Amino acid sequence: MMLEVRRVSKSLGSFSLRDVSFSVEKGDYFILLGESGAGKSVVLETIAGLMVPDSGTIHYNGRDITREKIQNRRIGLVFQDHAAFPHLTVAENLSYALYGALISKSEKDERVKAIAGELGIGELLARKPGSLSGGELQRMVLGRTLIQKPGILLLDEPLSSLDTRLRSDLRTLLRSLHRNGQTILHVTHDYEEALTLGTRVAVIHQGSIIQSGTPSEVFQRPASEFVAHFVGVKNYFPAKLETSNNTSYAFTDNNFAVRIVTDIPSGEGFVLIRGEDILLSDTPVETSATNNFQGTVLEIINNAYGTDVIIDAGIELHALVTPDSVEKLGLRAGKTCWVHFKATAVKFIKR
Amino acid sequence: MISRFSAIHLTFLLLGSLILLFIVAPLAGMFLNTTPLQVFETAREAEVRDSIWLTIYTSLAGTLVFSVAAIPLAYILARKQFPMKKIVTGIIDLPVVIPHSAAGIALLGFVSRESALGKAGSVVGLDFVGHPAGIAIAMAFVSIPFLINAARDGFSGVPVRLEKAALTLGASPFRVFFTISLPLAWRNILSGLILMFARGMSEFGAVIVVAYHPMITPVLIYERFGSFGLKYARPVAVLFILISLALFVVLRWVAKEKSSEVAR
Repeated sequence: MMLEVRRVSKSLGSFSLRDVSFSVEKGDYFILLGESGAGKSVVLETIAGLMVPDSGTIHYNGRDITREKIQNRRIGLVFQDHAAFPHLTVAENLSYALYGALISKSEKDERVKAIAGELGIGELLARKPGSLSGGELQRMVLGRTLIQKPGILLLDEPLSSLDTRLRSDLRTLLRSLHRNGQTILHVTHDYEEALTLGTRVAVIHQGSIIQSGTPSEVFQRPASEFVAHFVGVKNYFPAKLETSNNTSYAFTDNNFAVRIVTDIPSGEGFVLIRGEDILLSDTPVETSATNNFQGTVLEIINNAYGTDVIIDAGIELHALVTPDSVEKLGLRAGKTCWVHFKATAVKFIKR
Repeated sequence: MISRFSAIHLTFLLLGSLILLFIVAPLAGMFLNTTPLQVFETAREAEVRDSIWLTIYTSLAGTLVFSVAAIPLAYILARKQFPMKKIVTGIIDLPVVIPHSAAGIALLGFVSRESALGKAGSVVGLDFVGHPAGIAIAMAFVSIPFLINAARDGFSGVPVRLEKAALTLGASPFRVFFTISLPLAWRNILSGLILMFARGMSEFGAVIVVAYHPMITPVLIYERFGSFGLKYARPVAVLFILISLALFVVLRWVAKEKSSEVAR
């Protein structure tokens, strides 16, 4: 176990963190998922040592670091607001953590150049942070932390301040870091990041962790209505996108084809369909929807947000409808029905 | 804005002009009553030159020596909460509000040969009374609040997050202070140093009690006025004002260049 957070509590005015426990294994890409104000940043700052918990312990590589000084932890934290040093150049920001390291000046320069090249900011070394764009800043502070080769990398909402294209670039970068063995603890409010990046997910709500597991465990079997509602999408499938003659289809693992409208040409990723976007009927009616499948009702579950009807239509689909509709259509387990959803309601996110 | 003069604006403008006149008129009068030749002649007097040089270097020395402890104090005041902090900040402002001749009397007791500091000084053959060191102490006493307050404002403006970020990168608190906090607060600290230096140079009350001799320029001006009258005091005053102004214009300009470089 690389990082173990045990029953950490911290009271901060009206907000409090209660009994937070989770552990991160070496090589994990651990996502801590929660709404803003759920306490995600507090968890990270406690691990990095910016705050001391009121109770509970934090173990890192088998050592109790709960009360260890920040500068002795050597845990890499990338701040959500960057915290770039405005008076230092990009190169000086990057090399900040190398002070005192027993390496020569030329080796330091080499390492700065190497990390800057890896992050695509090699041309910016002489610039000051004030003249960088949001994406460049994000890369610089990431490099500033990575240069000290931290055992674990803590990321606080690293993608939230970026536009869509930069976000996808940085996502690719983070994935390759992880593939090269970097253990990452990543905090976010965006379930898409959890889906596309995480190997493990924990959901935090009002200062407590309410569910944790692999992404498919958390997304497909939410343990509470809050999780179900928050992660929102139960219909998500790994899929391969193929486009020909301006028509795109996403093929799931069992080769089920879903018609989709997207500007992404092709590639691996996930198909997402919200339960609210799926219509049910008992006969094959004509609608504007281009995805129409026949299926069998597997289960009907009532919850606070409506009724979740689970249908096997080749893939397992969750449709969120009102209890009235269930009654009108006479839906029950084993009954045959039709599912319809528009190609524009299908979302594809690239891996 | 300017084109729409209302009654209130006109009234305030008039009152404001009176204040400006009040500041400019006596100075202008003094300058007009002094010929460049007189100033030039005065500048050639060794007594005058020595006193101006003494004033500059005692104030500079006082500022630099005391800044070594004043800047860390400002940092503590900006960052830490502690019991009776209000009292401490009140104490720091004391030299500004007490009469400076009274401050001089208090200091004289503190540095005289009978005091602990005076005894310590005489061991190494240093008598603060009537010595440039005593002048520097008197100048620093009355001007140090300017440095502490400016530096405290500077440090308050440095985000704590940046210091914490530096700590997460493995830097020691000392290194964080010297590489992050100090450079980022430098603009304010520098302007505090200039202010302290300027205030020290213009000090009269506290210095004259601690050291009439050697004579700093404000004391020399007073002495010439007392012994020979207004006419003889004027050229020294004009010369000292000119030098002070030139000095501060240059210092301000250098400070501005420096700090805009940091900000860029």
